[in-house]
Amino acid sequence: MAAVKFEQAMARLETIVEELERGELPLDESLKIFEEGIRLSKTCLKMLNEAERKVEILVQDRDGKRSLRAVTLDDMDGDQPSSLS
Amino acid sequence: MSMRLSPSSHQPSLFQPETRARILTVSALTALIRSHLEEPFRDIWLEGEVSNVRMPASGHVYFTLKDEASQIRAILFRLAAQQFRFDLREGLHVIVRGRLSVYEPRGDYQVVVEYAEPKGIGALQLAFEQLKERLAGEGLFDPAKKRPLPFLPKRVGIVSSLAGAALHDMLVVMERRCPVAHVVLAPVPVQGAEAAPLIAEAIAALGASQLIDVMIVGRGGGSLEDLWCFNDERVVRAIAASPVPVVSAVGHETDVTLADFAADYRAPTPSAAAEAVVPVLDELVAQIGDRSARLRRAMGHRIELARRSCLVIQGRLRERTFPIYRQAQRLDDAWSRLQAKVVRDLSDRRHRVQELSHGILAHGPHQAVRVLVQKVTHLQVRLRDHMTVFLSRRRQPLARLLGQLHSLSPLATLQRGFSVLQTLPQGAVVRRADQVRVGEMIKATVAVGHLLCQVREIPGGPDSA
Repeated sequence: MAAVKFEQAMARLETIVEELERGELPLDESLKIFEEGIRLSKTCLKMLNEAERKVEILVQDRDGKRSLRAVTLDDMDGDQPSSLS
Repeated sequence: MSMRLSPSSHQPSLFQPETRARILTVSALTALIRSHLEEPFRDIWLEGEVSNVRMPASGHVYFTLKDEASQIRAILFRLAAQQFRFDLREGLHVIVRGRLSVYEPRGDYQVVVEYAEPKGIGALQLAFEQLKERLAGEGLFDPAKKRPLPFLPKRVGIVSSLAGAALHDMLVVMERRCPVAHVVLAPVPVQGAEAAPLIAEAIAALGASQLIDVMIVGRGGGSLEDLWCFNDERVVRAIAASPVPVVSAVGHETDVTLADFAADYRAPTPSAAAEAVVPVLDELVAQIGDRSARLRRAMGHRIELARRSCLVIQGRLRERTFPIYRQAQRLDDAWSRLQAKVVRDLSDRRHRVQELSHGILAHGPHQAVRVLVQKVTHLQVRLRDHMTVFLSRRRQPLARLLGQLHSLSPLATLQRGFSVLQTLPQGAVVRRADQVRVGEMIKATVAVGHLLCQVREIPGGPDSA
């Protein structure tokens, strides 16, 4: 699942930053994890940016089959005028 | 049971002979009692402690209500029992409403309970506590079963009412915090008798859909009765069984439902649930930016550090190598000195050898020979000188004689222009012409040199015509 991967990537990134900031690793090792860190930060940003917001409703047909129908927040604002507006 | 009359008694009695005519059957009496009892006690409120609870397969509940001094049987028929949200249990202090009834087969009278409520706490509260205890006993609320919420869910399921403010609040919060989060709604009624099974069904359907990473189940604030469906056993079980983590968000902070206990995370309000479920995207982006900046900075430092330690090592290396160079120089010195010494020794020896050989030559037979040779040479010179003097002394008369000889020689004649002819090859001097023949070659010697001549003609000779 992408969510898990993101969290792991962030955790790994943090570990790498801390490791690098401690400055105890040999240079070649530092370079290796530095590259990994840069790659991870790019991957994380990409994960955040590639998703697109959507709101869908899980509806059940008469024959019991379920399907998704897209709605927007505005559709629902119309349904309940008492709130927030 | 028989009763005997006391003969001394004159008081009128039910059992006097006059009334004997009205002998009743047991059933008739019982019916009589029944009709007398049931009517006046048609609607009674009774308070007491529950004991001797029995619940046979029929579903009716039999129990006894008692206080310190008395007790009375009670029955709760199945249909009425189903309306109850709590269970009648031993020792429970209740207030019941019902009617008195006589059970003819046993001659018992009992209270037929139509409604009961726990004394002191409300029925809902009691039902809540009882269900909570039971489900907890099954392990549904086990803290060890709580799952962590996904850090960045791709899709969030929401089980709530489409019409509720709660949904609107959640969507607004999610839009603000994480504009990329994808929401899948499962609309349900969130109050009323129909709500609980539909909520349970929606939770199960969303959970099984594999569309979502996390689910929020909830509604906005309301009365205890309004929120009651979130205490429903079916809803609680559906939450506990969900394959994805569930966040409960029912009512306000002070409202606690069994759904909250079963959920992986209890949010005090729907808005709080939305906050718990999605991270703030901008913060994440900033965090990533910060980490990558720290990464670069740390790498920069690391490289600088490496550069510096490189310089240090270089310096130390130089310190170490300097003595080596000095040693090498010393070695070179030693080598050249050694070389020089060897060369010098060699040439010393060569000189010595030369001296020795000179000595040998000086003192050996060689020198004596040379002296002798010199002596001989000297003698030769002297001899030659003597000879020269001696010869030149002798040469003067000889030259005179030679002059004389010269004037007599044919050479002088030749000098005067005469020539001598000689035959060839005999060399006989030709004094007469007949000594030769025409065509023969003869040699003419003149004062200087010879001529080879051919005889062309001999006048007066035998061949002349």
